[in-house]
Amino acid sequence: MRWLLLKDLQILRRSPLLVTLLVAYPVLVALLIGFSISGGPDKPTVAFYNGVPPGETTFDVGGQQRDASAFADQLFDAVEPIRVSSREEAIEKVESGEALGALIVPADATEKLRDSLSLTGSPERPQVEVIYNGEDPVKRRFVESTIESRLAEANQALSGEITKIGAQYLDILLKGGTIDLFLQQFDVLGLERSEQILRDRAAALPRGSEAREELERVARFAGLAVDNLDLSDAILASIGEPVIVKQTVLDGADTPLDSFAVAVAVTVSLMFVTVLLAAGMLALEREEHAFGRLVRGLVTHLELLAEKVVLAALCAFALAAVMVAGLSAFVSIAWSQAPLWLLALLAGALAFSALGVAVGGLAREVRAASLLAFLLSLPIAFLALVPSGTVSNTLYDVIQVVSAAFPFKPTLEALDRTLNDTGESVLGPVAHLLALVAAYLAVARVAVRRFD
Amino acid sequence: MIAADSVTKRYGAREALRGVSFEAPAGERLAVIGPNGAGKTTLLSILGGIVEPTSGTVEMERTGWVPQEPAVYGKLSVAENLRLFARLEKVADVADAVVRALDQTGLTERAGDELSTLSGGNRQRVNIAIGLLGQPPVLLLDEPSSALDPRHRQRVWSFLDRLAAEGTTIVFATHDLAEAARHADRVLVLADGELLFGGTPDELETTVGAAKDFEAAFVEYLRERGH
Repeated sequence: MRWLLLKDLQILRRSPLLVTLLVAYPVLVALLIGFSISGGPDKPTVAFYNGVPPGETTFDVGGQQRDASAFADQLFDAVEPIRVSSREEAIEKVESGEALGALIVPADATEKLRDSLSLTGSPERPQVEVIYNGEDPVKRRFVESTIESRLAEANQALSGEITKIGAQYLDILLKGGTIDLFLQQFDVLGLERSEQILRDRAAALPRGSEAREELERVARFAGLAVDNLDLSDAILASIGEPVIVKQTVLDGADTPLDSFAVAVAVTVSLMFVTVLLAAGMLALEREEHAFGRLVRGLVTHLELLAEKVVLAALCAFALAAVMVAGLSAFVSIAWSQAPLWLLALLAGALAFSALGVAVGGLAREVRAASLLAFLLSLPIAFLALVPSGTVSNTLYDVIQVVSAAFPFKPTLEALDRTLNDTGESVLGPVAHLLALVAAYLAVARVAVRRFD
Repeated sequence: MIAADSVTKRYGAREALRGVSFEAPAGERLAVIGPNGAGKTTLLSILGGIVEPTSGTVEMERTGWVPQEPAVYGKLSVAENLRLFARLEKVADVADAVVRALDQTGLTERAGDELSTLSGGNRQRVNIAIGLLGQPPVLLLDEPSSALDPRHRQRVWSFLDRLAAEGTTIVFATHDLAEAARHADRVLVLADGELLFGGTPDELETTVGAAKDFEAAFVEYLRERGH
C-alpha cells in the first residue's frame, strides 16, 4: 500500500492545476457557506443624526440629573455609527447602502423626555425615528432587531431609573426624610413616625373617649400602610421587569453562530476534498487500465480501496487542519481541545473518503466519478443542515435517518463539539463515522467487483 | 513450459471453458484465437493464476501478465512505472529489474520520459516490460497489438519474437488470424469455451481449406462446427 500511496502523491504533485482546483474550490465554497450562515457583521453600520442642541442633553429624574448621551453610547456599543448632520443626509446614507439603517433623534427629544418625567407630567412622549433599507430583507431584519433591542434596553434602563426613584420616594414616605421639589426641600414625617406619634397621643387620652378611638383608627391605618408599603420595592421591581427570562438550550450545544459556521465550513471543505479525491483517484486506476493489473495478484481489492481512503483522508486532514488554524485568527476556537478536534477531523476525513471510493467504484472514468461525487456532496450537506421545525415532523425524521447514512452530520457534530468545546462527548459521532467507513468500504468492494 | 489438462470453468450455469487441454514448451509462441466470448481471456486468466478453474489442472511456472490496454500511469516516467510495479511484485532487486526490462524493450533512452508523451507503440512496450519485470518464463498477452498501427505492431512483434528466441514461452490471445499465422508456432482455436483445433498455422490453413481468403474460410469452418 505504501508504494501505491507514494505513487498517487507523485501523480498529484505533477498535477498542479488539479491540486489547486481541489484545494481552492472546496475552501472557497466552504468559506462562502460559512459566511452565509454566520451572524453577519458584529455591528451594523447605522447613520445617526442627533438634532438635540449641545448642552440640552440632560434631564431630571426625581431630582437627579441624567445625560441622554449615556443611552446613545449604549446604542453605539451595538452599532457602527456614521454621524451625519441632517435627517436628509441620514436617509441618503441608507439609500446609497453605506448604512444599513438610520437613527434620527429630533431636536425636542430631551425636552419632551424632561416634560414627561416631571412630577407635573406630560402626555407627549419623545420619539426617535428609525429608517431601514428594505431592499435586502435579511439585512433589514438584522439592523431592525439590533436597533430595536438596544432602544428597548435604553427604555428599560430609563424605566429602571424611574422605578428606583419611585421606590426612594415611597421609602421616604414610609420612613421619613427630605424631598427636593420645585427647587425647595420638603421635610416628610413618614408613616412609621406618624403611626408612633398617633399611638402616643391616643394613649394620653382617656380610655373610651371618642377622640382616642379616632386617633387609634388613624394609627391602625398608618400601620397597615407601613406594612404594605414595605413590599413596594419588590412590586416596583416586578413592574420594571415583569418577566425574567431564563435561557436553557436543549438538544445541542449553545454554540455561537460564527463558531458553528467554522464547523460547517471545515466539514464542507473536508467533504469536497475527500470525496472528489478518493472517487477521482480510484476512477483514475481504471482510466489508466491499471486497476485490472493491480488486482491480478499485486494487491487485493480491499488494499487498493483502503489506499485511496488513506490518501484522500490524509490530504483532506492536512488541508482542514490548516484551515482551522487559519480560521482561528478570526473566530474563537477551543485550542485546548486540539487533540479531540484533530481526532474528529481524521474520523470525518476517513468516512468521507470511504464514501468517495464507493462513488469512485460506481464510475468508470475520472470525469464521471468527479461529477457524481460533486452532485452527491451538496445535497448531503444541505440535508444535514435542515433545522427542525422548518419541515413536518415526519419529513424531519426521514431527513435525520438519511443524514445518518452519510458522514456530513456526524462530522459536523464531532467538529462542533470539539472546536467549540461544548462539553459533549465526541466519541458517539466518531464511532458513527468509523461505522460508516466500514459500510462504505463494503459498498465500494461490491461496486468494483463489476470491473474484475 | 505450461500445460493445461481438461480445464473447465463455469460461471453459474454458463460454461466458459470446456475441457481444454494443451502444452506449450519453453520458447514456443502459442496463439489463442476465436470469436468474441470464445473463452480466450478466461483461459489466459486461468493460466495466469488469476482465476481458479472449476475442474482440470494447470501446470505452469511463474507467468507475466500483459493486459490488452497499456496498464501504466501517464503522469509517471517509464522508469517510475517499472519501479512501482517491480516493488508491488516484490522483485528482489528492483533497480536491476528495471534496468533489465528497459534494456529488453529498448526503452533505456526513454526511461525518464513521462508515459503520456510516448507513442502508443512505446506505451505498449512499457506495458510488456512491466510483464517481464519478474523475469517470467511464460508471458501471457491479451491482444498485444490490437490498438497499434502497423509500424508499432511490427516493433512489438519483433521484440516478442526475440523474447521467444531467448526461451520465454509466449501465449497470446488475438482476433487477428494473419498475425497468429505470422507470429505463432502453434495455434489454439476456441469457440464457446471448446477447443476446436490445436496445431501449427499451416495445419490450421489446411484444415480450414482456403488458400486465398483464410479469414472467410475460418468463419465458415466455425459455422460448420456449430459456432
